[in-house]
Amino acid sequence: MELETLLLSRIQFAANISFHILFPTITIALGWVLLFFKLRYNRTREERWMEAYRFWVKIFALSFAMGVVSGITMSFQFGTNWPGFMEKVGNIAGPLLAYEILTAFFLEAVFLGIMLFGFSRVPNWLHTMATFLVAFGTMMSAFWIIVLNSWMHTPQGFEMIDGVAYATDWSAIIFNPSMPYRFTHMVLASFLTVSFLIAGVSAFRWLIGGRTEGVRVALKTAIFAAAVLIPVQVLVGDFHGLNTKEYQPAKVAAMEGNWETETGVPLILFALPDQEARENRLEISIPKLASFILTHDWNGEVKGLNDFVTEDGEVLHPRVSLVFWSFRVMVGTGLLMLLVSWSAAYLIMRRKRGVEGLPKPMLYGLVTMSFSGWLATLAGWYITEIGRQPWLVHGVMTTKEAVGDVPAPLVLSTLIAYLAVYAALLAAYIFVIFYLARKAARGEDIGTRVAPSPTAAPKSTPAE
Amino acid sequence: MTYFGDPTIWLPFVFAALMGVSILIYVVLDGFDLGVGVLFPFANDNEKDRMIASIGPFWDANETWLVLAVGLLLVAFPSAHGAILTALYLPVAIMLIGLILRGVAFEFRAKAPAPHKRLWNNAFFTGSLMTSLSQGFMLGMYVMGLEWSWINIAFAMLTALFLTVGYSFIGATWVIHKTSDALQIKAVEWAKGGIWGLVLGIGAISLATPFVSTRIFDKWFSWPEALYLSPLPILSASLVFWLWSMLRKMPYAGDRRSWQPFAAATVLWVMAFGGMAYSFYPYVVPEQITIYEAASAPESLFIILIGTCIVLPTIMGYTILSYVIFRGKATELRYD
Repeated sequence: MELETLLLSRIQFAANISFHILFPTITIALGWVLLFFKLRYNRTREERWMEAYRFWVKIFALSFAMGVVSGITMSFQFGTNWPGFMEKVGNIAGPLLAYEILTAFFLEAVFLGIMLFGFSRVPNWLHTMATFLVAFGTMMSAFWIIVLNSWMHTPQGFEMIDGVAYATDWSAIIFNPSMPYRFTHMVLASFLTVSFLIAGVSAFRWLIGGRTEGVRVALKTAIFAAAVLIPVQVLVGDFHGLNTKEYQPAKVAAMEGNWETETGVPLILFALPDQEARENRLEISIPKLASFILTHDWNGEVKGLNDFVTEDGEVLHPRVSLVFWSFRVMVGTGLLMLLVSWSAAYLIMRRKRGVEGLPKPMLYGLVTMSFSGWLATLAGWYITEIGRQPWLVHGVMTTKEAVGDVPAPLVLSTLIAYLAVYAALLAAYIFVIFYLARKAARGEDIGTRVAPSPTAAPKSTPAE
Repeated sequence: MTYFGDPTIWLPFVFAALMGVSILIYVVLDGFDLGVGVLFPFANDNEKDRMIASIGPFWDANETWLVLAVGLLLVAFPSAHGAILTALYLPVAIMLIGLILRGVAFEFRAKAPAPHKRLWNNAFFTGSLMTSLSQGFMLGMYVMGLEWSWINIAFAMLTALFLTVGYSFIGATWVIHKTSDALQIKAVEWAKGGIWGLVLGIGAISLATPFVSTRIFDKWFSWPEALYLSPLPILSASLVFWLWSMLRKMPYAGDRRSWQPFAAATVLWVMAFGGMAYSFYPYVVPEQITIYEAASAPESLFIILIGTCIVLPTIMGYTILSYVIFRGKATELRYD
């Protein structure tokens, strides 16, 4: 019974947070992209930038609402399902969460209203300012929550008294060893997700005949942003991996599917990890490459999973297959993104043909890749979160210790309800994005709340 | 820190006060937009758009006060957070699903194809109703000490109903303030219909609370406390009376006094909430855990307090700015 509650609570938390992270992943970067459109408009006064802004601000509003409501769920889940977490490490997690709410949530929520509906009510500079503050707020929000998440992976700056954590050094807590890597990795993931979303939806509009200037600038901006950022992301990901190897070697061993501590470890391309037999089946690998990637030495030693089983048989490493495969999905998606964005950028630049240089298959490819960022981001979070198990706070408390004493059937029934709502909303979200794109391509108003007049003169005051 | 006396005494008190203020602001602000949602079926399509427009720029920030209140409970009184939320597992889940539905319906109803709009209107109403009912249910269970007995559940169902009607009342007063003409007249009728929910709700809780606990009974009905507290019920009763007589004559010519019902409703909430806070102090989990027992380490609370003192006034500032920018009658919401 207790075990069922634990497993179901974990699935419920995973379902909630997986659904939630989809939307911040979009809003964190989309806010800055909107600010970029707005600033370009302020500088050039070209209507195409405002056209792009107007379309994407609606996707932003939709994503933001989805993020807010699923985020509220998260703040309650700590208490309903994981009361042990706050009881033990509340002195550290508490202030970090409080700062997130105080410095980010209100900022975003209040200025969002002005950003969405205030263009004709406030001076242009204030509208630009609101756009900036919303973008800044989402970034702050990401910062604080990733500080807390990273602290759970690499805890420091605290002492345990009677089983409760007390903070001793806040700067050590905030700037814990994995935070800079995880934060950068996530922000870049967000920008890549948004780039491919904008590229995909713009390609869709282009394909169905909505070839406006606004679509053109959005498509170009997105493709070049992706092409520039993806190599940076690969590099940051590598640093993040090295950091993980230092602090959470069991996670890296699971990512690599490496059971024994060895030198000259091969890089496994495909395998079916068998947790019970503690070996891989159907393994295809490249000799010594994993050692080279992880230690930058062909014969470097890499820790294996068998080092994380205690003498009395307690397994202190995560379920291997999940982490192993999530890693391959993330890297595979990343490589595909690299291929697609670079070839699209090349086609645009070739003989300066611009967006007309993109052949149809490439445009269809971009449409298919619209949500590729979600796939990679989710896979990445599964690596890092499942990879931490059985720990909740690494070396401090296990997930099992934190779970609440709620009857399993109750957890199951609410889980089913959440899943049903999430599935419906996700379908509606994707449907509405493409519906708005079709509508915009036909040159109609997007949504009942939108005024026609795309040529409306800006409200006075030059750009700040 | 010792300058102010013992931080294990005043810090929990300050945080309980902050949490109380957040909950109060939440029930007033999200109260009115939840109420607008509950009133949705009574309005025609045109009026629905107008009602949405009256809360569109605000609802998001309004809900953030709930996050702050729960956040403060979580960070300042972690063990109470666990105890309360595990006890209220099911109503919390229902509330969350309600909040999800209504929050996204705001966006979807304006962006989805016209034939789907009806569906999202229903989602908005259902979500608002689920949220209001479950919050009222939780309030009732909390008052009864979080014990799942049949009598308590029955009482909680009653408070669920009363709070929902109460929300629709404050929602109606908001609509009176933000609209004009036919819809405003309709809203006056809604407010007249809803005021009884508020009176019954406040009455039920005021009567039930002292009888659940002798400690609370003594706090109210011993001399001279009863004397100091007497303005509270007297003022509340006169406010209800004033509201009623005002609503009967609304709308006034030239839209005079259209803001007053909302203001009066707010004051009524504040007094009801103040009374409850007085009853339950010093307990955060009724009759089980006091705020002093549940509080986090003073060092952690102090860190949060510093931030709060700087940030909270700023939040208040830009929240007011937003209400000023979107003041006046609700017009069609435009993205440009």
